[in-house]
Amino acid sequence: MNRRHITCTINGDKAEFLCDDDESLLNTLRDELGLTGAKEGCGTGDCGACSVMLNGRLVCSCLVFAPEAEGATIETIEGMADGEHLHPLQTAFLEGAALQCGICTPGVLIAAKALLDRNPEPTESEVRYALAGNLCRCTGYDKIVRSVLDAAAQMKNNLQEGDRL
Amino acid sequence: MTDINAVSNTPNSYKWVGTRPVRHDGLEKVNGHARFAADLSLPRMLSGHVLRSPFAHARIISIDTKEAEAMPGVKAVITSADFPEPHRKDYVSLNLMARDKVFYEGQAVAAVAAGTKRQAKAAAEKIVVQYQELPHVLSIDEAMAEDAPLLHENLITKGVEPVPGKASNIPSRTLFERGDLDAGFKEADVVFEQEFTTKVVHQGYIEPHAVVADTSSDDRSVIWCSSQGHFMIRAKTAAMLGWEPSQLKVIPAEIGGGFGGKTTIYLEPLAAKLSQKAKRPVKIVMSRDEVFRATGPTPGTKLRIKLGAKKNGKIVAGKAWLAYENGAYPGIWGMLGAMCLFAPYDIPNFYVEAFEVVVNKPVNIAYRAPSAPMAAFATETVVDQIARELKLDPIELRLINAVEEGSRKPDGPKYGPIGFKETLEAIRNHPNYSIPLGPNQGRGIASGYWFNIGESSSATVHLTEDGTAIVVTGSPDIGGSRASMALMAAEELGIDVKLVQPRVADTDSIGFTDVTEGSRTTFATGMAVVGACRQLIDELRKRAAMMWEVDIDEVEWMDGNALHTVNKHAPLALAEITKSAKKTGGPLTTTHSLEARGAGAAFSTQMCDLEVDPETGAVTILRYTTAQDAGTAIHPGYVEGQFQGGVAQGIGWALNEEYVHNAEGVMENPGFLDYRIPVASDLPMIETIIVEVPNPKHPYGVRGVGEVGIVPPIPAVANAIHDATGLRMRRLPMSPMTILAGLNQKNGSA
Ligand code: FES
Ligand code: FES
Repeated sequence: MNRRHITCTINGDKAEFLCDDDESLLNTLRDELGLTGAKEGCGTGDCGACSVMLNGRLVCSCLVFAPEAEGATIETIEGMADGEHLHPLQTAFLEGAALQCGICTPGVLIAAKALLDRNPEPTESEVRYALAGNLCRCTGYDKIVRSVLDAAAQMKNNLQEGDRL
Repeated sequence: MTDINAVSNTPNSYKWVGTRPVRHDGLEKVNGHARFAADLSLPRMLSGHVLRSPFAHARIISIDTKEAEAMPGVKAVITSADFPEPHRKDYVSLNLMARDKVFYEGQAVAAVAAGTKRQAKAAAEKIVVQYQELPHVLSIDEAMAEDAPLLHENLITKGVEPVPGKASNIPSRTLFERGDLDAGFKEADVVFEQEFTTKVVHQGYIEPHAVVADTSSDDRSVIWCSSQGHFMIRAKTAAMLGWEPSQLKVIPAEIGGGFGGKTTIYLEPLAAKLSQKAKRPVKIVMSRDEVFRATGPTPGTKLRIKLGAKKNGKIVAGKAWLAYENGAYPGIWGMLGAMCLFAPYDIPNFYVEAFEVVVNKPVNIAYRAPSAPMAAFATETVVDQIARELKLDPIELRLINAVEEGSRKPDGPKYGPIGFKETLEAIRNHPNYSIPLGPNQGRGIASGYWFNIGESSSATVHLTEDGTAIVVTGSPDIGGSRASMALMAAEELGIDVKLVQPRVADTDSIGFTDVTEGSRTTFATGMAVVGACRQLIDELRKRAAMMWEVDIDEVEWMDGNALHTVNKHAPLALAEITKSAKKTGGPLTTTHSLEARGAGAAFSTQMCDLEVDPETGAVTILRYTTAQDAGTAIHPGYVEGQFQGGVAQGIGWALNEEYVHNAEGVMENPGFLDYRIPVASDLPMIETIIVEVPNPKHPYGVRGVGEVGIVPPIPAVANAIHDATGLRMRRLPMSPMTILAGLNQKNGSA
């Protein structure tokens, strides 16, 4: 089988790779491109550990075929911080002890950012439903949900401060 | 001078212990850089794939690997013939690669290493295994039946007199008794007897098992993997390979959850052997399907329990018959259940008999306070029944019977200072205890016990030239323990916690350390860290004395500075002493190893408020409150996290989780879609109350916090369902179907 040549943009940088037709985007990110931030918890779309943004849409990268990335814009956990500056969600997770083992954390952060991008002031229950596709076995979700709400509040504050300047 | 049992100050004067700094390994975990086992790649690395048994019980007639070996990219194929014959009681090695029989669906039979994952898998499918199917047993009843098919033809039950004349599926029986049972029950005004069954459940860590092994020369292997204890990996892998532990170096990767499930090995010897044959590094990563079929789970059980109490609420007699599945090989799960069953209560007369039972399912391994949650389901449900019958508040009834310092555990030893009653009172005093409930809503109370353990730990503290303390231990960090180590070191040395860097080192670089299990790490490894810090302080005082040319007795250590007690010299900061280390005797580094004793028992009391939908039988958890004795909370954020994680797992176990095997013994739900663990929208916030009754055997009063939180949720949920509906739940999981059937039956017969 001939491998396909794919060109896309990952975290703002141009990326190229070769893949089989039926390879998953997750395996390609991890094994070909060295972006191991997305994790495989199940490989069947049930755990969300592999979450990435594909053309602005939250996807389980284990369910996306790598060739679908042709021409696409992809954001992974590795691109979430702006250089040295962590995203407010990352800061909130650190300060709120929202991670224990941390294997779910990249996927949870990507899904939480997707939520805040479209709904900057979610309720607790909106956060819970938005993260329902991301399994965490360590935390019982309490500190994750609180940290997402804290980050939303922080981002609103930052915006208001920005307005005042 | 260095006495690590000396208690550090008074609790209120701690500067770092009890604070919530950002964990040191946090940054790399939020930016995706943390390296878990599956994230590692080496040059020339091959991919491995394990061939597993499709049958629950079968004799292996032959294995032919010729065709597989000729497949594209294949560099090595192994079967049990590549390993020395294990000792007959080395169940780990026997389990890891089937020899003459397979004992459960999913047991490893052979493994392949090839250039790519696909090649390895394709080749494994070409291995020809001839099986002769054997009758299997899947439940305790089937396995204990008189004429049951046997898993192991030579298995004679231990712990029964006279010694049985024939083999069975019951490896052992444990008995604990006290007082006069008949007299006890005669004294009782109310007696309840109930039978409970629980299903096999999985620890459900999100990270599947993964390993990279590099056996570049015939007599040495380097292994990277995630586990709860890399010294355990070294010992068990060496045993299966027939090697000395010193021939292996195990490097711990970050671990993506364990909960007891990563206290054993599955892939490591296979990868090491494949690598040895191929002379290239080999990586094996399990799929989720393999994780369910071949690792973990925790036992299914059948439990009968009888309790008798007087009108005043005093429990006077208890009898229990417990049977715990062990999976395919003998384990200790029934015995642990027997230790925990009546442990929270001071019962003068009891008789507890527990059986281990082998069945054709994956070999069981620890899951957070192993065996205690099922035992608590039985005890706490019957205790709730007694409270209702006697019209006593459920917390009051527990307070009447609760153990305290000096009470004896069922297995004999006396309790030291414990905080059980304090957890009960904390729940009773919490505002949630008096929130009114609506229709179809119920409130359940339950308590739980776990004994915690000590064992071996080592720690080394190095001071860098700039005055940073590198704290090295051998305990994998599964829930924030590095932060606890750093906090204790900062407190001891009197320096900012930011100047402490906690690390987990490989098996060549730190002294032997037992597995992170039994809630022992902050307790035992914490003691080793404190010990190393205290030795270091002695050394720092000595160096300061040299710099000042005074006697060491004139030097004290306080807040990160050497102080001259007669005040001739200005204080010397730690960083100044390290700067001159070359002139005063060389590098500043100390090591402390110990066998920790005196882990304090842990208790938790929990309250669940829920609502049952009478149309569907579905349960919604409305509120959840947990109070647990932590001894001392070193990092309260991660202590709360442990409480909350245990509760969430317990709720999943109570309501949804179970292994479903079909009649052939094949698991039918080996994925997170059908084996449903709680998701964010299933749960409310989990309110935590940290009770602190310090453990006098630890310099900061720590008792383990990791496990007991999973013990009360099952009965708390069951008691709440009863409160809401009048149904007594005695079978897990308490799924909508079971509840609806119960409701229909109740309404039909009403
Ligand atoms: S790995 Fe993609 S959803 Fe689990
Ligand atoms: S922190 Fe371990 S799975 Fe979420």
